Amino acid sequence: MTAQYVTTEPQASRDAGEPEAERPAIAMRLERLEAHYGATKAVDGVNLDIHKNTVTAIIGPSGCGKSTLLRCLNRMHETTPGTRVRGQVFLGSEDIYWSGVDPVEIRSRVGMVFQKPNPFPMMSVYDNVAAGPRLRGWRMNRRQVDDLVEENLRRAALWDEVKDKLHRSGAALSGGQQQRLCIARTLATNPDVMLMDEPCSALDPIATYKIEELIRELAHDVTIVVVTHNMQQASRVSEWTAFMLAGDDGVGRLVEFDRTDRVFTTPRDPRTEAYITGRFG
Amino acid sequence: MAVTTVALGAMSARHKVAARRRLVERGVIALLTLATLIGVALLVIILGYVIVSGLPALNLAFFTERPKPFGEEGGGVAPSLIGTLLLAAVSGAIAIPVGIASAVFVVEYRSGRYAPMVRFAAELIAGLPSIVIGVFVWAFLVRGLVGHYAAIAGAVALAVIMVPIVARTVEEVLRLVPQSLREAALALGAPKWKVVLSIVLPTARAGVITAAVLALARSAGETAPLLLTALGNDFFSTDLLRPIGALPLQIYRYAISPYDDWHTKAWGTSLVLVVVIGLVGVLLRYVARPRVR
Repeated sequence: MTAQYVTTEPQASRDAGEPEAERPAIAMRLERLEAHYGATKAVDGVNLDIHKNTVTAIIGPSGCGKSTLLRCLNRMHETTPGTRVRGQVFLGSEDIYWSGVDPVEIRSRVGMVFQKPNPFPMMSVYDNVAAGPRLRGWRMNRRQVDDLVEENLRRAALWDEVKDKLHRSGAALSGGQQQRLCIARTLATNPDVMLMDEPCSALDPIATYKIEELIRELAHDVTIVVVTHNMQQASRVSEWTAFMLAGDDGVGRLVEFDRTDRVFTTPRDPRTEAYITGRFG
Repeated sequence: MAVTTVALGAMSARHKVAARRRLVERGVIALLTLATLIGVALLVIILGYVIVSGLPALNLAFFTERPKPFGEEGGGVAPSLIGTLLLAAVSGAIAIPVGIASAVFVVEYRSGRYAPMVRFAAELIAGLPSIVIGVFVWAFLVRGLVGHYAAIAGAVALAVIMVPIVARTVEEVLRLVPQSLREAALALGAPKWKVVLSIVLPTARAGVITAAVLALARSAGETAPLLLTALGNDFFSTDLLRPIGALPLQIYRYAISPYDDWHTKAWGTSLVLVVVIGLVGVLLRYVARPRVR
């Protein structure tokens, strides 16, 4: 019985030796992904599995293409004029770069939190959280919106701090609160995957700590991919780590992808070891 | 000993450089202050002169009655006041949406190859003398479609003048909306048209209002194209298909007359025009004030 199961499971040979329970489902799979800016290739040949309901960190020095790679996962890369993506990115079983796919639909399933907190400045805290569903034209009555706003502010650990100023401008909050507001805004659209592009790089250590705690908490029911240039952060929040590096040709490639503890304790590639021990980058 | 001398020499040289820098700095500040004062003084002199010369003409009748023939006392500019407001409303209703739409096209859909052409066209129209626009509308509407002088022809002429002003000002403010807000909205799964309507334009609201106010102020003072289109009318009229009065036309008629009484009335009408433009600006800003603090 067991033997038969192993032979029909294609993952089995790769992960042989892993206990069954430690092999979560795949949320996204990248195959031979390339990203271009005009004639310049920024990312080349990335194969990567994003495991469902885990935190995957993408680390690497500046200019290694990690943010570009992240922006390929919700078809955000192509919103910059002159850009191009090749290869495949599967969300579940669907290739999001297949010609019949609407990028708007993909972005509604793969949310994104940006480096600099960017709440909509002309909207209140409340309206910021409700913005996603409203922009997508969900039909909701007042009560449902109220519940949605409260639920997602709670999920983003912000409710207690803002419940008395829901109708004040989101731009009046502190930087860390603004970033958690942006997380609440993303969660409110109920994404399968949440992409985070250096979400703490504009924040102080205490705000950073809160966001990191939140990332670990949220990973129970959302798949999270977080780009960071902070290796301690990657080791604190993630279960999987991808290390990227730009070659001499300036093209970013995936050097190593493994469980975070293995990447940080027993990296296979000497370049990974050099980077995590602070010898370059 | 030698070392000290060299050091002292270097120090005094540095002092000289610093002294010269301070002198240049003071000179530049003085020039900037002078330029600012000239600008402010011009504004104060013009406004002051209009107020001083125009105030004697103002009374209640000036705002409620129609002009009286020369020789009769009193009378007002009410038909022109109504005409100017109506022309502003109609031309604004045409030009503001068109101008905003073309700015959105140029900024938000700039990857398209038509955007530079639209921009170039707006620049060309902005450079056309307003009398040329008046002649064109006269030929096209007054002699053509409408067949006679009419308020609607005046409104169209003013709208043609306003479109490039709105378009280019809105273009500037749309470029000021941070790209990060567009990306945030796109990342929430919003279609592009909705990002523009619900996020970009509301964020740029103050600038869009400024564009509308600028364009309205500019067109409310236009005289030449109205002479060829709206013509002027001493009687109360709100009919778009008939000639209509306007404050600049009234000023022109009073000012070119040989009568002192009418000259005073020209100043009074000028004052009314300035105040109307100011009030419309304040009103628009109030209506569109941000609701979230």
